[in-house]
This record gives sequence, structure tokens and C-alpha cells, in this order.
Amino acid sequence: MFRPGPMFALDEPVKKTILNHMVQYNAQHVDTSFAALSDATRRGVLEQLGRADASITELAARFDMTLTGMKKHVSVLEGAGLVTTEKIGRVRTCRLGGRGLEEEAAWLERHRRLWAARFNDLDAVIEELKRKEKADGKSRK
Amino acid sequence: MENRASEVSGMPRETVTDRRSEREVVVTRTFDAPARLVFEAWTTPELLMKWWTPKSFGITFISCEADVRPGGTYRFVMGHPDFDQPMAFVGRYLEVDPPRRLVWTNEESEDGSVTTLTLEERDGMTHLVLRDLYSSKAALDEAMTSGAIGAYPEQFNALDGLLETLR
Repeated sequence: MFRPGPMFALDEPVKKTILNHMVQYNAQHVDTSFAALSDATRRGVLEQLGRADASITELAARFDMTLTGMKKHVSVLEGAGLVTTEKIGRVRTCRLGGRGLEEEAAWLERHRRLWAARFNDLDAVIEELKRKEKADGKSRK
Repeated sequence: MENRASEVSGMPRETVTDRRSEREVVVTRTFDAPARLVFEAWTTPELLMKWWTPKSFGITFISCEADVRPGGTYRFVMGHPDFDQPMAFVGRYLEVDPPRRLVWTNEESEDGSVTTLTLEERDGMTHLVLRDLYSSKAALDEAMTSGAIGAYPEQFNALDGLLETLR
């Protein structure tokens, strides 16, 4: 029901990842996302990973960078939760988005916060009902 | 003081969420009041308007209609300062069994859940269980990734703005 308006010129999987991320984390994480997105190479890496998973070596070659330079970019994207990496043998594979279980846990926590906030306000409503009932009971005596 | 009372009876007032199965999410909470008062707060539009949109989320009610009887419909319209259009949440009540059970549909989006509220009273306290049952695992997964609940519109706007400058 909260549908964002027309957005930006990135591929669909990239947009979806960023949106999911925005929705699941707090403002502080969003700042980290903004910082991660402020660099053209990192936006390019996201676009690339939107098409297919890739190793750091492949990304470095594609963006004509040193391995060390690419590792730094990937670690910024990883820190912002936009990319996850997994090392199998000697190859570190990068993919878009967080791990499924973490996403579910984040959603449940967000869901919990919404209901905890509602129930906090509901407590006040119920206290008011209790007071009213007590007062009505007394006045009837 | 209220918290101490609930601790004494061994039922802390913590809100807990849990994915109970592939297509079900459950929220639980205990209230320091008899079930009939909790039920009243869930089924009276004037009362619903006081708590359904938490103040801390910046969302406000524009209108709240609830015909609480089996087959009756509800329509909650809400606004947020950052949204041009109000948001409507609509559905039907399937079961109304005061003060124990309330079941309704959520029809503002496709594949919405069916929500079951149950209230169990014990020693003047009420244990609340809220179950959202989706039609399939895919429907719940979709709800979890679409950000239908508690999204931060102001952040979308901020992102829109930022990305405009990056184009």
C-alpha cells in the first residue's frame, strides 16, 4: 500500500533490492545506503550484480580496477546491506541483496515494532475504558 | 506501576512476532484488562482511531468505518504528511464473537491475509493472539518483501530526491 512513485534509472532487480532495504532498516542504515550509492562505480557494480552474481575478480576486470580497489567498493556495498558475499574456495562471489533469513528476521522485527507501538497506544485507550467503567459503577451506587 | 502489576501475574507485556508456518505470522501481547474492554477497543471506530495508527509513525486517520458483524465491511483511510494520496485499508468481518474472537479479511492488496484475533482472559488479564494467515507461502513471502507494513515514505522521498541528482 505504500507504493513509491516513479524512481530512477536502474534495473528492476536493483531497485527492488534498494527498496526492500529501505523498508527494512532504519534511517541510519538509509544514510549508509545513500553513501554507498553516491559512487558511480558502486552503482555500476549494483547494476552488474542485478544481471548476474559475480566474483570480485570479475568485477575488478569489468570496471578496470585493481582487486584491492574493487574489494573496498564491495565492502562498502556489503556494509550498507545492498550486497552479500560468500567465499567458496578461493573465490568470493557477490550477489545483490541480503540473505533471505536476515530479511525475514528484519521484517518480523519491523512488524513487531509496528504492533508494539499500536499496543502501547491501545494500553492508554483501555486504561481510559477502565477508569470510565469504574466511575460509572460508582455513580450507579 | 502497571508494568509491575503484569509482572506479578507472570505475563509480561512484551509484543512478540513469530513466523508460525510457511504462510502464517503471529503477534502476541498481554493486556492488563478484561477481554471485553480489549474487544471493545478493537470494534469501536472512535476507539480504533485512538490507537490503530501509532503516533510515533506519523500516520493519522482520515476516516474509520467499521460495520462489526459477520459480513460487515470496514474501511480505514489514513494519511501521512509525505503522501499526496490517502491510503485505504479495506476488508470484511468473517466472524464476530465478543469478547473472544474476531476474524476479518485484508483486501487492499491482492493475496491479502485473513486475520484472526483471539482474546483469552485469565485473572483479569487478557492474552491477545493475532494470526495473519496468507493463501500461500508465496503470498506471505511477497508481503514480507513488498514492505506493505510500516514502510517509511519519507525515506522513499529522500531516495527519490537523491537519485534524481545522480541521474
